[in-house]
Amino acid sequence: MEVIYMLIGFSLLVALIFLGLFFWAVRSGQFDDQHTPSMRVLFDSKKTSSKKESTNNQKHRDE
Amino acid sequence: MMNSSVVITSEICFHCGEDCTEETVHFDDKAFCCLGCKSAYQILEESDLCGYYDLDANPGINLKNTKHRARFDYLEDEEVITRISDFHDTTRISLTLNIPNIHCTSCVWLLENLQKLDSGVLQSGVNFLKKELSLLIDTDKTSLRDVVEQLVTIGYEPEIRLEKLDSKTEKSHQNRSLWLKMGVAGFAFGNIMLFSFPDYLDTTGSGLGGNFHIFFGALNIILALPVLLYSSSDYLKSAFAALSQRGVNLDVPISIGIVALFSRSVYEIVTMTGTGYMDSFTGLIFFLLIGKLVQQKTFNRLSFDRDYRSYLPIAVNVLNENGEEYSVSLDKLQPDQQMQLRNHELVPCDSTLLSDEAFLDYSFITGESEPVTVRNGERVFAGGRLIGSTALMRTEEKVANSYLTKLWNHEAFQNNDKELKLTTFADKISPYFTVAVLGIAFFSGLYWLQTAGMEPALSVFTAVLIIACPCALALSTPFTLGSALNVLSLNGLFVKNHLLIENLSKATSIVFDKTGTLTESEAAEVGFFGDDLSSNEQIWVKSACKNSIHPLSRKVATYLQSSYLHQPKTYKEVPGKGILADVDGAIICLGSETFLSDQSGIKPEFIPESHFSGSTVHLSVNGVYKGFFGIKAGVRNGISDLLQSIKEKFSLYLLSGDNEAQRSEFSNYFGENGSLLFNQKPEEKLDFITQLQESGEQVIMVGDGLNDAGALKKSDFGIALADDVSSFAPACDAILEGSSLQKLHAFIDFSKASMKIIIASFVLSLLYNTIGLGFAITGNLSPLVAAILMPLSSISVMVFTFATTRFFARKGGLAIWK
Repeated sequence: MEVIYMLIGFSLLVALIFLGLFFWAVRSGQFDDQHTPSMRVLFDSKKTSSKKESTNNQKHRDE
Repeated sequence: MMNSSVVITSEICFHCGEDCTEETVHFDDKAFCCLGCKSAYQILEESDLCGYYDLDANPGINLKNTKHRARFDYLEDEEVITRISDFHDTTRISLTLNIPNIHCTSCVWLLENLQKLDSGVLQSGVNFLKKELSLLIDTDKTSLRDVVEQLVTIGYEPEIRLEKLDSKTEKSHQNRSLWLKMGVAGFAFGNIMLFSFPDYLDTTGSGLGGNFHIFFGALNIILALPVLLYSSSDYLKSAFAALSQRGVNLDVPISIGIVALFSRSVYEIVTMTGTGYMDSFTGLIFFLLIGKLVQQKTFNRLSFDRDYRSYLPIAVNVLNENGEEYSVSLDKLQPDQQMQLRNHELVPCDSTLLSDEAFLDYSFITGESEPVTVRNGERVFAGGRLIGSTALMRTEEKVANSYLTKLWNHEAFQNNDKELKLTTFADKISPYFTVAVLGIAFFSGLYWLQTAGMEPALSVFTAVLIIACPCALALSTPFTLGSALNVLSLNGLFVKNHLLIENLSKATSIVFDKTGTLTESEAAEVGFFGDDLSSNEQIWVKSACKNSIHPLSRKVATYLQSSYLHQPKTYKEVPGKGILADVDGAIICLGSETFLSDQSGIKPEFIPESHFSGSTVHLSVNGVYKGFFGIKAGVRNGISDLLQSIKEKFSLYLLSGDNEAQRSEFSNYFGENGSLLFNQKPEEKLDFITQLQESGEQVIMVGDGLNDAGALKKSDFGIALADDVSSFAPACDAILEGSSLQKLHAFIDFSKASMKIIIASFVLSLLYNTIGLGFAITGNLSPLVAAILMPLSSISVMVFTFATTRFFARKGGLAIWK
């Protein structure tokens, strides 16, 4: 049963790491603005010219 | 949509999505409604930023109406840069700009890709809710002025107000520590619960074997210590502060509970008489902090305590000796300078008019609905808005010495103690509550002392303190009002502080301002009274009116629906009197009665008397009297229904700075009990509110302008009405969207219901306390019972308040979801 001491030690260590990560996240301002990041998800990172799509967009709107 | 076949050709601007009605500019196979939109597209296209158009359809900002662009010379002034930026050294500027035009995902995308447009921008980040753009600029590659001008060309003009000069943008970090405290409490709560679990399952009392007992106990204490010292510090400090001032707030019984919980647990663990209540302790703090987070919800975009500095722009255009225009920041504006103002710009300081004539809209300052005509050499007061063509003025006073500034800093308007007086129902009952809890603890302890001795007596004493800790009680107010605040904001009423809802619920009388509150200047009602005008006559009159910049002729021109215009052969305008024009051979005479009889030769007795509550413009064509245009400020939608429904329950008053022209019209709405007061100065409005309050009334004031500012502050619940909530509003307790004014009755009913919900949730939490006390007094409060009962009471109060506020909101006809 002595192994439990070690297991609990490890589990606490893992939990503390997560607490540390939470501290880091709060301190770096991730909880300050909870709305804009949800919009950034939609951004494409591709660099190709997107002219074609945008004309489709326009057509769609006209219909 | 309904008859789409009728609409034949209406191209939609690729940039801004508006119909191209006046002109269509074609470029790159796309249609644009104006050159501004086209050039914005060109800029984006050259920088390969057309992804802007992929995220939302036609996301651009319409650039049709920005013929004149503000000048940004002042942004080259080192001192101004230092004062408006957050950080500034030789090569870098970091600053935050407020951009009202941010409205969609595309905006965020474009503004965060600003470095593609200007390589000098090192970093750009948007906060969508605050409508703010944070920039880091490399001044070796670009200048602040260039960046701002670039923003203006693509339609995102930053709003830089005078207040920006003196205040560094405060980065709000106060919420961060609350998150951290909650994180610590949650972390400890979860782990302690895990360690306590074996004990709960161990019903036989045989023990876990080995030294696990000591091990878990020690871990629990170590985990709970930061919760006591860090997470609960706010409650302990607040209780200590209250006690040292010989007062009792709700934090006192909470702190007693916290201390009792912790010390009893440590005692049990150290003496190995039990497992302690560390899980209940950490859980309690965790839930309390959630309540606090709900309470701290603020409206990012809104500002409730504004002064004149956030009303005025940061700079104004002045002319130098050579007649060249450049912009200076307002704090550097000296008396005796010439400044040039354009349509819809604000006069920053008291000045003298140098142009022949100008129209100034003082409705924000005085409540007058009609613009005032000012002639050459006459005084123009700060805060007026120029209507019509560009005007030249000579400054007389510094901004800080102007009428507007003095009015704003008026002593009577500085009433800041309203919020300090706010107390929750919980705070009011907490002295009694504390005494009752201590009494029960003491007497049950005494009883056990006599029957069983010291050990059980002490344990019962602490058990009572623990279980009576008013955790659920403390949560009921923030949760109910936080939820109510959410519902109200969904419906267009943004309340500054959740405790103010109580003031709203107690209201007995409601005072309205007229101009801009009950009436809406944009929705002027124009009607023609007299012979019907033929379509030709309409064209002539409209053509004549189009040449005038007088506000009344502009309203007449928009009222007349004819698409053709003819240039008048001759055109004469007597400022403030009327127009005489020759259009297609027809002599159009438009103006006051005396002007008509002077100019067109109609005898005054042929002009019938007009019984009209508003402004009138008389018309004659070729010397024949046709009738008059009646123009009055339109009453907002739904106002008559609103006033009908509330005049039974509340005493209603109308306080207007305007003249009595609309008295008869409004007395219909206000009924016999209401009183209508006109020509009220700002101080008189304030005094009126004071009188009402002295006669025992709880007053809601609804106003919109600076002339209501004192009354708004003095009243028990001051509502500032704004058609655009993020635009400027005087200091107030709540900001209401103009279109939601008709829901005022529902808002008051809902606030009353919210107060009842608070009482009901108090009863609910007291019920839990009584059950718990039953366990405690009889000496049966095991850690397991505490660990179940305490979170259960908190959670059920949360669920109860959330569900009931939504229920009552729905019953009252308010929206409960977005």
